Amino acid sequence: MWKHHAKFERNSIVLAIGILIAVSIGGLIEIAPLFWLESTIEKVKGVRPYTPLELAGRDIYIREGCYTCHSQMIRPLRDEVERYGHYSLAAESMYDHPFQWGSKRTGPDLARVGGKYSDSWHKDHLIDPRALVPESVMPPYAFLADKDLEYRDIVAKLTAQQRVGVPYTAAMLENARADLETQADPFASPRDLKARYGDKVIQRDFDGDPNRVTEMDALIAYLQMLGTLVDFKTYKARDAENLR
Amino acid sequence: MSQRESDEVTGVETTGHEWDGIKELNNPLPRWWLWVLWLTVAWAVVYWVLMPAWPGISGHTTGVLGQSDRADVARQLAALEEVRGEGAVRLKTASLQQIEQDPELQAYALAVGQSVFGDNCATCHGVGGTGAKGYPNLRDDVWLWGGSLEDIHHTIRAGVRTDQPDARTSQMPAFGRDQLLSAAQIADLTEYVVALSGRKADAAAAGRAAPVFAEQCAACHGPAGKGDVSKGAPDLTDGEWLYGDERDDIRGQIANGRNGVMPTWEARFDPETLKALAVYIHANAGGQ
Amino acid sequence: MATAFSDDRLFRLHGWVFVVAGLIASSVMTVGLNSGRFRIDPSRYEDGVIRAGVIATMFWAVVGLSVGVFAAAQLSWPELLYFPEHGWLNFGRVRPLHTSAVIFAFGGNALIATSFYVVQRTSKARLAGGVAPWFVFWGYQLFIVLAATGYLAGITQSREYAEPEWYVDLWLTIVWVAYLLVFLGTLWKRKEPHIYVANWFYLAFIVTVALLHIVNNAAMPVGLLESKSYSAYAGVQDALIQWWYGHNAVAFFLTVPFLAMMYYFVPKRAERPVYSYRLSIVHFWSLIFIYIWAGPHHLHFTALPQWAQTLGMTFSIMLWMPSWGGMINGFMTLQGAWDKIRTDPVIRMMVVAMAFYGMATFEGPLMSVRAVNSLSHYTDWTVGHVHSGALGWNGFITFACVYCMVPWLWKKERMWSTALIEWHFWIATTGILLYISSMWVSGIMEGLMWREYTPQGYLANAFVETVAAKHIPNIIRTLGGVMFLSGALIMVYNVWRTIRMPSPAAEPAAQAQGPAAPALVAAE
Ligand code: HEC
Ligand code: HEC
Ligand code: HEC
Ligand code: HEM
Ligand code: HEM
Ligand SMILES: [Ca+2]
Ligand SMILES: [Ca+2]
Ligand SMILES: [Cu+2]
Repeated sequence: MWKHHAKFERNSIVLAIGILIAVSIGGLIEIAPLFWLESTIEKVKGVRPYTPLELAGRDIYIREGCYTCHSQMIRPLRDEVERYGHYSLAAESMYDHPFQWGSKRTGPDLARVGGKYSDSWHKDHLIDPRALVPESVMPPYAFLADKDLEYRDIVAKLTAQQRVGVPYTAAMLENARADLETQADPFASPRDLKARYGDKVIQRDFDGDPNRVTEMDALIAYLQMLGTLVDFKTYKARDAENLR
Repeated sequence: MSQRESDEVTGVETTGHEWDGIKELNNPLPRWWLWVLWLTVAWAVVYWVLMPAWPGISGHTTGVLGQSDRADVARQLAALEEVRGEGAVRLKTASLQQIEQDPELQAYALAVGQSVFGDNCATCHGVGGTGAKGYPNLRDDVWLWGGSLEDIHHTIRAGVRTDQPDARTSQMPAFGRDQLLSAAQIADLTEYVVALSGRKADAAAAGRAAPVFAEQCAACHGPAGKGDVSKGAPDLTDGEWLYGDERDDIRGQIANGRNGVMPTWEARFDPETLKALAVYIHANAGGQ
Repeated sequence: MATAFSDDRLFRLHGWVFVVAGLIASSVMTVGLNSGRFRIDPSRYEDGVIRAGVIATMFWAVVGLSVGVFAAAQLSWPELLYFPEHGWLNFGRVRPLHTSAVIFAFGGNALIATSFYVVQRTSKARLAGGVAPWFVFWGYQLFIVLAATGYLAGITQSREYAEPEWYVDLWLTIVWVAYLLVFLGTLWKRKEPHIYVANWFYLAFIVTVALLHIVNNAAMPVGLLESKSYSAYAGVQDALIQWWYGHNAVAFFLTVPFLAMMYYFVPKRAERPVYSYRLSIVHFWSLIFIYIWAGPHHLHFTALPQWAQTLGMTFSIMLWMPSWGGMINGFMTLQGAWDKIRTDPVIRMMVVAMAFYGMATFEGPLMSVRAVNSLSHYTDWTVGHVHSGALGWNGFITFACVYCMVPWLWKKERMWSTALIEWHFWIATTGILLYISSMWVSGIMEGLMWREYTPQGYLANAFVETVAAKHIPNIIRTLGGVMFLSGALIMVYNVWRTIRMPSPAAEPAAQAQGPAAPALVAAE
């Protein structure tokens, strides 16, 4: 029996093909069904694509590496549900390219931080976390408040998202810049923005500087919507199809 | 095949190959190793039978135990009710006053309040609840929005300046930013406010500001600057400052009126927890 | 070239890095070809590129470990080591720099260098492809520089261990294909009928990493002149693909090819035959087959469907013995040479490395059990597990191989100082023990604190209390890191002195030995 192995040892191509087959099976069986099994993503109401301002904020979240310390995935364990809120659903990240579940909790989970604090708290905290929480080890992000948000490429960003499957409509793409500016401007009419993204969209001056749209505006806009989309009043957590 | 030979240390035969001086012995697989490997495989097979495991075209095996994390956590949360016992049940029905008057129930509510406070309130109001610049001290008996049990409960439930329909709201104007008053007037008012709190101030400036205060500020802070809890307007005479006691702080607040936001907690907590929090805050402050 | 004129400031930066690298490469080629330095002597091994690889390995070791120490110190003394106006030095950007620098720069260079060394000697053939090995080497360094500068500038896909953006990923793909061809080409030229077991492992590493890299990095760029891209997958699918990759980055980058190093250098150094050919076969195939399945153990209790978690967990348990197969083969190879542990600190390093490998691959399956993972996940326990593997296994086996190779490559009789190797060994071992024990303590502590309830049935600790409780373990971890780094610095000094030692005058010319290529080495 052992001498059959010589086939692999004598021919590097046979060996390479053998390796390729051995390492393909597991991935295929585990990953591929996630694309077709209906039970993978729960059916919920409320999940929508990010508004342009939120998307810009999310890109800052990624750029700054917040995911190296913060998870966005509340596990169905009783202490987590009590500390952070309802466990995270797959549906809540179905438009997340890339996902931000994280793997380390040096800081608390942020999956449901939206609405938990005020905008100005976020601003103060991001500028100097230890001023508010003396034990914190979180880095300061004071520069975000000074930097104008760069959104020359916002239409291209939404277009790229649309190409990978996020249901942005033509109207959303067309008005991306306007929507972004509207959301950060408390005096602009929110009518069109809300018509496109829903009534829950928060329109405010997030960073306390109404004359500018800064990176701080975008990041706080993103933080303030985290975990707020799913309508848990209509979601049937106990239904068999949602228990998985 | 090249020639096989015996290794002189162990006496085991080699496979007969050599690479850069390296040979291989033809030892069999260690028995225990193979056994443990099969054991782990057998265990895996058993586990697949018991638990959700293999995907298919339209679904996946669910396992004979039918276990589900999501069902488990729902059960565990329900089981917590047991641990929490009678206290939790009575919190549901008891009024705020009843809780406070029943020492046992009060002690229970305090424990709940303390647990929730750490993760949700301490970030703003400080670990001891003693506040920070812009975030009121909850340990003293000075209240922006009233210090009765009901007032506190209302503030926590609905929040201050939130989107909640019955949230506490009021708007201190930004007299400087919105150019309602001149810089000189604001400087004078600063002296006036400093004087109100009983500290030494420039009397001439304060005098000049007195009519302005009566006209612009008294509506909220009262003619004597004693504040008004219905508008969340602080008492300016008590020496307690939300935004700091320096002249710069005071001038800044008159010029830019910050209007702090306290989140609403109604959506996050059940009614029992909200009650417990109110009792906890009330008991740890002076207790109006 | 066009990239240098993009509207995207960050992309412009990388465009220029590319242009400068291209200019240097073409001028070196011109000068080199004209002066005839690149003439190839097919009767000798190509060792110049390996010498460069060894130097790069040590250089990136110092960089990666220093950044790790810096990150550890930031978590210990945040008020001192954060700079509010310099976002690029924040933990969130420094951490990926650390992980990439140690895994891909330090580990990757060690793998490229040793694979080139081993495949030549076990095939009795010179590296294939003329200057292609040099392209692989410099192309890989360019990849590292692009990745590292990118993180600090804020260019990242946020995929752990695959953070570089799409264009850097593309560049790596090109380099990797060249690497595969050089490796295969050398195997094709071999004069031995059979492929040595170390080369099976190297080949599995090169082939599988290519597969993982391409699938996981599929992304849609925002524009051809923009650095930013969005993953082709979303949510659950994205998460599993990322951790299929992430877990197998551990498997096929930090384990499989390091076993290849073990399979060559341990028997070579101990001058003993490999313990069991049959064990090699069984554990090789079972290892690579089972490893691929284990990814979901990074997603226990998440929104990933539970059936996938079950598969991840069960395959991780079944992975235990295939992993240990390598350790057994390594340890048992020392049969008849155990006395060398006392006399040869390099052998001792190999032994400790294999012991840590055994420990990490026992701990790993344990942490894959869902009940255990519910405690360990998200905590410092994972970090402790990582570093017992990373420092103990990857670090020590690499150091041991470099200690072997340096005298062989530079034609010296031995390392400059054995005493310094002893020092390195003891300081670094103490460092590892401090690191991992402090992380176990802090990890298990925070896991328990998070789930602790008061007798009344309410959460006992606020999150920040766990942050505060980790302060002392964090400091101890930093200290351990400083010690591990000090060991590496001692080693750098020792290597440098060895290279500068006079070579024994007469060399037996008959043996196929690499030509001295001072110009190329000096180019490093
Ligand atoms: C070095 C680790 C680290 C990094 C990086 C980090 N944080 Fe934090 N974060 C913490 C810690 C620790 C806490 C808890 C203490 C505190 O509130 O400051 C925290 C708390 C928070 C909170 C409050 C959460 C709550 O529910 O109390 C928010 C919001 C937050 N961080 C956002 C961010 C954002 C946004 C980024 C990136 C721009 C970021 N963090 C980067 C460590 C980090
Ligand atoms: C985002 C920061 C923040 C958080 C978190 C927060 N608060 Fe507040 N809280 C405030 C601010 C700001 C005010 C003052 C509002 C104002 O200026 O009128 C306030 C006011 C109050 C008041 C009224 C004080 C008075 O003088 O009338 C009470 C009571 C209170 N908070 C309790 C709580 C409790 C209980 C929690 C946790 C469940 C909590 N707060 C969480 C920011 C916060
Ligand atoms: C519409 C009501 C309103 C008017 C008019 C008003 N205030 Fe206020 N004032 C408030 C409120 C409400 C706050 C508390 C803000 C908060 O809670 O964030 C406040 C806070 C302050 C503070 C800070 C107190 C502290 O503890 O730090 C000062 C000083 C002050 N007001 C001065 C003035 C002066 C001087 C004027 C007139 C020029 C004035 N206010 C007019 C409502 C008002
Ligand atoms: C001087 C020695 C080292 C020190 C001080 C150090 C320090 C650190 C720190 C502080 C972190 C972040 C942990 C956290 O987020 O809490 C980290 C993460 C990491 N390090 Fe190191 N490190 C060292 C060496 C190494 C080596 C040699 C390797 C690999 C070969 C390595 C691989 C990693 C990996 C993979 C992670 C990510 C862990 C995870 O995501 O859970 N480190 N290291
Ligand atoms: C049988 C072998 C192994 C198994 C089954 C295994 C299993 C695990 C598990 C369960 C985790 C924790 C995942 C989480 O909760 O987030 C983990 C993390 C990790 N392990 Fe292992 N492990 C093994 C061997 C190793 C070895 C030898 C290394 C070498 C360095 C290693 C490196 C890592 C890294 C880097 C992580 C952190 C990933 C991250 O979160 O960023 N593992 N491993
Ligand atoms: Ca703004
Ligand atoms: Ca990438
Ligand atoms: Cu893993």
